[in-house]
Amino acid sequence: MQYASRAFPWFRGRVKFIIGGLLILAAIIFLIISSTKANALYYYTIDELLSRGPDMVEQPVRILGAVIGDSIQYDPQALSLHFTIANIPADNQEIEAQGGLSAVLHTAVTDTSHTRLQVKYQGPKPDLLRDEAQAVMTGYIDGNGVFQASELLLKCPTKYEAAAPSQAAP
Amino acid sequence: MLADLGYGSLIITLFISIYGASAAYFGSRRGKPAWVDSARNAMLLTFPLLTITTLSLLYLLVNAHYEFPFVSQVISNTMPATLRITALWAGQAGSLILWSWLMSAFACAVMLRKWDRDREFLPWVIVVTLVTLAFFLIISIFVENPFLRYWQSPAGSVVTAMFQPGGMQLFAPLNGNGMDPLLRHPGMILHPPMLYLGYVSFVIPYAFAIASLVTGRSDDRWIRITRRWALVAWLFLSLGLVLGMWWSYGVLGWGGYWNWDPVETASFMPWLTGTAFLHSVMIQEKRGILKQWNMLLIILTYCAVILGTFLTRSGIASSVHAFLQSALGPLFFIFIGLTFIFSLWLLIKRWNDLKSTTEMTSLFSREALFLLNNLLFVGFFVVCFWGVMFPIITDAVGSIWQKLPALSNLFTIQKIDIRSDYYTLPAALLSAGLILLMGLAPLSAWKSSTFKTLARAAIKPFAASLLLVPILLLGGMRSWVAILGFWICGFATLVTLNEFWRAARARHRAQGESLPVALWRLAGKNRRRYGGYIVHIGVVLMAIGIIGTKVYTTETQQTISQGGEITLGQYTVQFESLSAFNTSDGRNIARAVIRVSKNGAYVGELYPRRDYYYESQQAVTIPGVRSTLADDLYIVLADWQPLSTTSATFKVYHNPLVNWLWIGGFFVFTLGMLWAAWPERESQAIPFRKPVQLTREMNGP
Repeated sequence: MQYASRAFPWFRGRVKFIIGGLLILAAIIFLIISSTKANALYYYTIDELLSRGPDMVEQPVRILGAVIGDSIQYDPQALSLHFTIANIPADNQEIEAQGGLSAVLHTAVTDTSHTRLQVKYQGPKPDLLRDEAQAVMTGYIDGNGVFQASELLLKCPTKYEAAAPSQAAP
Repeated sequence: MLADLGYGSLIITLFISIYGASAAYFGSRRGKPAWVDSARNAMLLTFPLLTITTLSLLYLLVNAHYEFPFVSQVISNTMPATLRITALWAGQAGSLILWSWLMSAFACAVMLRKWDRDREFLPWVIVVTLVTLAFFLIISIFVENPFLRYWQSPAGSVVTAMFQPGGMQLFAPLNGNGMDPLLRHPGMILHPPMLYLGYVSFVIPYAFAIASLVTGRSDDRWIRITRRWALVAWLFLSLGLVLGMWWSYGVLGWGGYWNWDPVETASFMPWLTGTAFLHSVMIQEKRGILKQWNMLLIILTYCAVILGTFLTRSGIASSVHAFLQSALGPLFFIFIGLTFIFSLWLLIKRWNDLKSTTEMTSLFSREALFLLNNLLFVGFFVVCFWGVMFPIITDAVGSIWQKLPALSNLFTIQKIDIRSDYYTLPAALLSAGLILLMGLAPLSAWKSSTFKTLARAAIKPFAASLLLVPILLLGGMRSWVAILGFWICGFATLVTLNEFWRAARARHRAQGESLPVALWRLAGKNRRRYGGYIVHIGVVLMAIGIIGTKVYTTETQQTISQGGEITLGQYTVQFESLSAFNTSDGRNIARAVIRVSKNGAYVGELYPRRDYYYESQQAVTIPGVRSTLADDLYIVLADWQPLSTTSATFKVYHNPLVNWLWIGGFFVFTLGMLWAAWPERESQAIPFRKPVQLTREMNGP
């Protein structure tokens, strides 16, 4: 054994490790690429989604919007949740330019000129679902123009970082 | 005023950190030990000074000084004092102070060790820790300052500023927003400090690694010095992660515990590289190989630690962790980028010095299996890194394209996101591979194991573990994923337990000790090894819990009226009553009483409830959980009729084996790590240490 490893330098000792390592590397890269392909989603604002028209019907996408509190309807028997969201920008700089997330959400809900979209979600009503919450949803838009959400994430920025406490209002 | 004292000492600490880092640098470069001593004293000062800052913040929180936005965002009148203390890390500014404070505490602890043998490391350890600390202090002072105050102009508008703007008066609201009710849970109260303890203690091995690279010492001294730091870091990080899962399970009311949220994933990343590091340093100690690789791993871990802190805090990734966007992003990216490039540059400079003294020869030797384990961990890390960064990268690339005039028409900024399902398959395969390796590695020998010897050692436990398959099939299990998973767990457990048994029996035979005594002494003599095996058992238990919940969780949701029943598997739950009442701390609690029976026999009552917090206008769903070692019955009060309370909607989950996740992750991990990190007995250490000291004295400086 000793002689063999001396007779064949460097290369013989390492080639199996290099091949083995490359195989594992290739397997992991393959896993990453295939999983990415299967699970990557376009992330649209409501305006962007609707501007793409009928092409987007039944295409899986992720969208975001501001929840309009008055529109929330929950049927505990059928376990179905309906609500309407209003368009908000996705770009952070744009949000900052418009005075921060809570201001953006507030304008989106109160200003009726913002594009709105109906959402249907099957499942229990999340605690954070309320007026002016930011909703991030995964799903697709159906033939009737209703967004069928399979995943619903909610953020309520006002709880964390209010611009000023409510008492400050004149 | 106390706040000014706290702010003052924060600023002084920044100056001291910058001074200390520079003094250590020049002292070492110019060969002036007095400067290094001065730097060390500066380092020792940071801890008391930051303690003053931290205490002053706690004072502001406990006494509800609402003129500080930092306070009014996380405190409200009804919050009890204990909760107010934990509110320190409920917001962004406070948690960064906590980070710095822990960092200074650990760095000071390192300063107090005996340095006689490693004097040349000292200045560089100071430089690394103080630069890290200074970075966080700069953020605390200039970006996320907790000492800002509200000021009101005569017209009534309110601004936030550090110092009094002209013509304005200090403004203190009467009440604050209060801490997010979701965070008022023991799991979430302990989760950030634990995670941070893990993060900052990984900075220590990194500091020593850099010191080793700068000074050109190519031995494994830095690893030996920081071994215990790395073990402790790993334990805290693991506990932090498991606490986060436990919180998610106990509060969010979705029946799960881990969702591959970008923030969760980001805190998992240093764990992955850190675990790889813990394993591969053993090969360097034993065989003198993989030196460069270990350096790379600790550099990656350090960068992952900073990235983890930053992703949680900056809100760069869209996530349920609802922290707002801030100016932190670019600063953190620049810091991570610079430290990574600088560390790599040092490593490349020393690359040849770190060449291995021996070579790895067999694919089936223990060191080769360790290397494979490392590849899988780093692969897992890359999977997570890609998953977290992909949306951020595509976004950034898109906006860069758009800035180029020639291309702006071709590309629109298009955000791309990744579903959490992305992680499922890679995580399952890599974990299965790692647990399988956990079973194989103890069977292989160092250096010269061949396929034949490994196969011979593995055949018995392999055959024995295969017996598990018919047992599982007879037990009614039909999912091949679960059977495969449980089999791998069984194999790893068998091998690990056999390691204890084999060695204890050998000792029992050779030295005539009774088996328990033999086992105790054996594990006491080789603490790292057997501590590690205990942790492996913990990992298997966690895996069992994960397989159980991923494959066998069942759920149902129904609306029933009083006296009505829901049946799920063996369980029947009966809705007895529902009542809503107010509490003195500002909550309205709706609480249902549920009678639970299993196979027709009454086993107890559960009280799923929903707490509505008036101040923050937010509800928190707290499930009623019946936990046994076999399963959890997890009932969520989803909805009810507000006035009559005669009918309500419940979501019922049956989560088999989930408690093994907590048992493995909390208790077995802690036991194993404490076992591994516990100091060896003095009687063994002294005879080896003394001659070394004598020869050093004789050689003289």
